[in-house]
Amino acid sequence: MAEEGASGFQIHPMDQFIVKPLFGGDHIAWYTVTNVTLWMAIAVVAIAAMLMLGTRRRAIVPSRSQSVAELIYGFVYNMVEEVTGREGVKYFPYVLTLFLFILFSNLLGLLPAAFTTTSHIAVTIVLAMLVFLGVTILGFVKHGIGFLGMFWVSSAPLVIRPILAVIEVISYFVRPVSHSIRLAGNLMAGHAVIKVIAGFATLVVASPVVIGAVTALYGLELLVACVQAYVFTILTCVYLRDAVGDVHH
Amino acid sequence: MEGELAQMGKYIGAGLAAFGLGGAGIGVGNIAGNFLAGALRNPSAAAGQTATLFVGIAFAEALGIFSFLIALLLMFAV
Amino acid sequence: MATEVLDAAAAAHEAGHTAETSSGMPQLDITTWDNQIFWLLVSLVAIYLIVTRVAVPRIGAVLAERRGTITNDLAAAEELKLQASEAETAYNKALAAARAEASKIIAAARADIEADLAKATAKADAEIEAKTAVSEKRIAEIREGALESVTEVAKDTAKELVSVLGGKADARSINAAVAARLKG
Repeated sequence: MAEEGASGFQIHPMDQFIVKPLFGGDHIAWYTVTNVTLWMAIAVVAIAAMLMLGTRRRAIVPSRSQSVAELIYGFVYNMVEEVTGREGVKYFPYVLTLFLFILFSNLLGLLPAAFTTTSHIAVTIVLAMLVFLGVTILGFVKHGIGFLGMFWVSSAPLVIRPILAVIEVISYFVRPVSHSIRLAGNLMAGHAVIKVIAGFATLVVASPVVIGAVTALYGLELLVACVQAYVFTILTCVYLRDAVGDVHH
Repeated sequence: MEGELAQMGKYIGAGLAAFGLGGAGIGVGNIAGNFLAGALRNPSAAAGQTATLFVGIAFAEALGIFSFLIALLLMFAV
Repeated sequence: MATEVLDAAAAAHEAGHTAETSSGMPQLDITTWDNQIFWLLVSLVAIYLIVTRVAVPRIGAVLAERRGTITNDLAAAEELKLQASEAETAYNKALAAARAEASKIIAAARADIEADLAKATAKADAEIEAKTAVSEKRIAEIREGALESVTEVAKDTAKELVSVLGGKADARSINAAVAARLKG
């Protein structure tokens, strides 16, 4: 009895994040085709389908699929233009790439039995480091050594400026950490919570409640998937503004 | 026995780390509430500030996610 | 009983251990990171190529074209509106001209009629004047004639009366007497 109860509640919320080779074998080398590969490929194919099939006819009056592509294009374009200014529009394709990848990975991860690539810190840290390194290099290329002026808050009293500079430097280097962990953590938490709640469905009495709760959480996760893609992108724009805009803010 | 004690400590620590999420919840609610209050006073300016709202929410939420991460690390990785 | 519980605890512990070794927290399994990062970079490059080679030029062109079309349409509409307002002013001008013409014609006609009327009136007045003059002359003549007749009759009567009474009267004295009587 006790054994049954113990095994009945063996919920493994983290099992869904295991990286597995698709075609057998245990060893995962850097080139092994895994479920990560599969779901990233699906994301790429979905993005390609949305961007290429919908806009195939190049209609002045857009079809439904074309207006979806145009909507996302316009959404990201306006975001880049609004947050970074006219200077930042040059980097719009990079931002759009990040946004599309994150949005599609998040949404595809919500399919049952799917693998959520963006819930892995390895993935998000690369995305965040791309932004961080790109922005830092761009800042030094654009402003030279003057880019360091960003850490020297000239509007503050002289006495506390060094302290502020230390804080600014620390917060600058925490950026990629929070940028990546926010995305991975949100998705991991959401999927793990759904899994934990769904695990209680083995208890017959609780199962109706579980169905309702999982449905509600699923709706919430749908929102989180979109909002996190939006947040990642807009933070990218905010960081980009530091590099391309006026450094003394 | 010692392993079980360590396990217990891990679980207690994970539970304590989950408190941090409450702080994040308070922070996010505070931001959203203040945004709503401001938006109701001046609805015409609200549309232009949604980006700021989301950035603020993201910053507040990140710290809660950190404590969630600590809880996960205690549960599964330590 | 006790052993059962212990066994369960041991089993749970065992299960936890195997789970930890097999999964634990898969995100922190460093051995899979190189694989994930490699495929992530491949995917990002693929998406970037799709975005820059196909999507951005295509959608950008469509949006620009649409903006151009809309601008053109708006300009055409503006032009049409201008034309319409021009036509309206022209119409108004024509209407005003027609109205002015009409009132001129009316004034001319009225002036004509008035002139005719005045002429006719003058003619009628002149005729009436002439007729009145003729009539007055006739009346004067008749009156004169009547007076003469009265004098004649009075003279004749007086001669007759004188002769009947046995007198012999000369014409001169009778005339004088009649004229004096008539005057008196």
